[in-house]
Amino acid sequence: MKTVFSKTPTLKECSTHYCPGCGHGIAHRLLAEVIDELDIRDKTIGIAPVGCAVLAYEYLDIDMIEVAHGRAPAVATGMKRTNPDKVIFSYQGDGDLAAIGTAEIMHAAHRGERITVIFINNAIFGMTGGQMAPTTMLGQVTATSPEGRQADGTGYPMQISEMLSIMPGVCYVERCAISGIAAIRNTKRAIKHAVELQMTNQPGLSLVEILSPCPTYWRMKPANAMKWIEDEMVKVFPLGKIKDAAAKK
Amino acid sequence: MCGNEALAEAAIRAGLDAYFGYPITPQNEITAYLAKRMPEEGRVFVQSESELAAINMVFGAAATGKRTMTSSSSPGVSLMQEGLSYLAGAELPSVVVNVMRGGPGLGNIAPAQADYFQSTRGGGHGDYRTIVLAPSTVQEIVDSTGLAFDLADMYRMTVLILIDGILGQMMEPIVMKDAPPRKDLPAKDWALTGARGRNQNIVRSLWLGEGVLEQLNEHLKQKYAEITEKETRCYCHQIEDAEIILVSYGVCARVVRSAVDKARQNGIKAGWIRPFTLWPFPSKTIAEAAKPDVPFLVVEMSMGQMLEDVQLSLMGKAPTCLLGRAGGGVPTVEQVLKKIEQTLDKTNNSTLKT
Ligand code: SF4
Repeated sequence: MKTVFSKTPTLKECSTHYCPGCGHGIAHRLLAEVIDELDIRDKTIGIAPVGCAVLAYEYLDIDMIEVAHGRAPAVATGMKRTNPDKVIFSYQGDGDLAAIGTAEIMHAAHRGERITVIFINNAIFGMTGGQMAPTTMLGQVTATSPEGRQADGTGYPMQISEMLSIMPGVCYVERCAISGIAAIRNTKRAIKHAVELQMTNQPGLSLVEILSPCPTYWRMKPANAMKWIEDEMVKVFPLGKIKDAAAKK
Repeated sequence: MCGNEALAEAAIRAGLDAYFGYPITPQNEITAYLAKRMPEEGRVFVQSESELAAINMVFGAAATGKRTMTSSSSPGVSLMQEGLSYLAGAELPSVVVNVMRGGPGLGNIAPAQADYFQSTRGGGHGDYRTIVLAPSTVQEIVDSTGLAFDLADMYRMTVLILIDGILGQMMEPIVMKDAPPRKDLPAKDWALTGARGRNQNIVRSLWLGEGVLEQLNEHLKQKYAEITEKETRCYCHQIEDAEIILVSYGVCARVVRSAVDKARQNGIKAGWIRPFTLWPFPSKTIAEAAKPDVPFLVVEMSMGQMLEDVQLSLMGKAPTCLLGRAGGGVPTVEQVLKKIEQTLDKTNNSTLKT
C-alpha cells in the first residue's frame, strides 16, 4: 500500500497536555515538520518558555532547554554565540515574550542575534488561569480584567511584531494565524522561511508571530475560537509579512 | 595587572569560551579586559542589557557544554539570583564572580564583604548551594579561577568567586599559567549539541510528577555532602597553642595575619583560621580547634555574617566575638590588636568570675 501521509518523526508519539482546540499542538507539529523537511533535527536546539508550552520537549524530539520566564532570547544568545553552526529557536507565549521578557526580546533583536523566535499570541496567560496579557484585546474578559480590558489603566494590545520590525537587527517578521487550513499552511511557510534565514546566516533575528486559539480561557468552542481570530484579533494584529530584509535586496 | 584583570586573564587560560556581563563598579576591569581579549582569542564576549540577561546567556552557553562566566558586583549579583537558582536546578556548570561592594540597596562602591549570606545561603529561591571561593591575594585569585571552572564542571554547578573592591584593584606580582581543564572531569554527555545519532537531551528544572522533585533534592543533598567532604579548604596558622583564634577571609585575612604576628611579638599567643571555601564552610577544622577557654574572634567586613557559621561550627564549645566593619570600612591592624586584647581581658575576667 502506498503511504500518503505519516506523522513527522520529530513530533513524538504521545498525546499532549494541551486543551482541546488549543493552537500549541498545531504549532508544534508545524515546527516539527519544518525541522524534518529541512533535515536539521541533529543541529537544532529549542528553548521552551514558561507558560502552557513549558513541556514542549515532551512533544518535540530534539535537544531542548526549559528556561526562566521571559529569558529565552538571552539564553538563545548564549547558545547561538557559542554555537553559530546550530539552529537555535525560542518558542514563547505572549506572557513570556510581551510581558516579563520584553527587555530580553528587544535587546536580542537590537543586537541582531541570528536566532528564530516562534511567538505564540493567544491574547492571554493560559497556564496561570487566563489572566490579562499585554496582547489582550480591548474589552476582552479575563481573570484580571473581569469587566473587559480597558485602555485607560491597562493600555492597548501590544503590537510586538511591529515594534520589533523597525529595528535594524531584525531581518524577518511575519504575523500568521492558526485559524483554518489555509492560514495554518501559511504559518508553516513562514516558520520554514524564518528557519532558512537563520540557516543561511542572514544577519538578524527572525520572528514569526502566530495568533493562536486558547478556547479554554476565551471561553469559546474551538471552532468559535478560530473564528474569533479571523473576525476580531486580525483587526488589531493584522496578518502578513511585516518585514523581510533579505527579500528587498 | 590588577586583581580584576588577573582574574579575567586566568579565566581565558582556563579555557573560558564565553563571557557575558553588564557594567557595574567595582568590577569594570573584568568586563573591559575581556571585551578586548576574548575576540583576540576568537572567543565570545557579549555586553548584555542587564545582569538578568547576562546570567541567562551564561545559562544558554553552559547548556551547550561551554565554559562560561559572568561577573558583577553586589546589586548586580542580586539580579542574577533568579538565574543562579535555575542553574542549580538544571545542574549546569558556571562561574560567577562577585566583586563585593557596600550595601544594602545601592550602598556604595567601596569594598565590603556584605554578600556572605547571599553567597553561602543561596540568594535565589529553592533548596540549593553554590561553591564559594574566597581568595585573599591576587595570585590566589588567579589560582581560584582555574579551580572554579574545574569544580563547576566536576559537580555540574555554579562556583562563585567572592572578592572585594580592594582585591579587585590590588596589584601584586603573579605567576600566570595556562590551566586547561583537569583530566578527570566527567564527559558533558548531557549537553545540548543537536541530537546527532542519539536520543534528545533535555535541560530542565521543572519536575511535576509526584515525588520526582524530591528525588532531585535528595540527589542535590548527596552531591553537596560529597563536596563538603572533598572540597572544603581552609588555612590555619599557630592554632595549636593559641589563647585566641581569629577567623577571617579575603582581604580581611591579610589584616588579621599581620595583627596575629604583631600579637605574638607582644607575647599574646594568637592564631588564625582562614576559610578559603565559604561554602562548604570549614566547620570541622573550627570545631576541632575549639577549647572552652579559647575565644574565637571573627573579623569581617560585614556585621556578623560569617560569625554565624563560626558559631554553628562551635556549637557553644568556645566563646565568640566579632570585629565587623561595613559600608567601606576596613579593619586596621591596630583595631584587630586592640580587639584581641579586649577579648582576652573579657574572657579572663569572666573565667575569674565563674
Ligand atoms: S490554557 Fe489555552 S493556551 Fe494553554 S493549553 Fe489550554 S487552550 Fe492552550
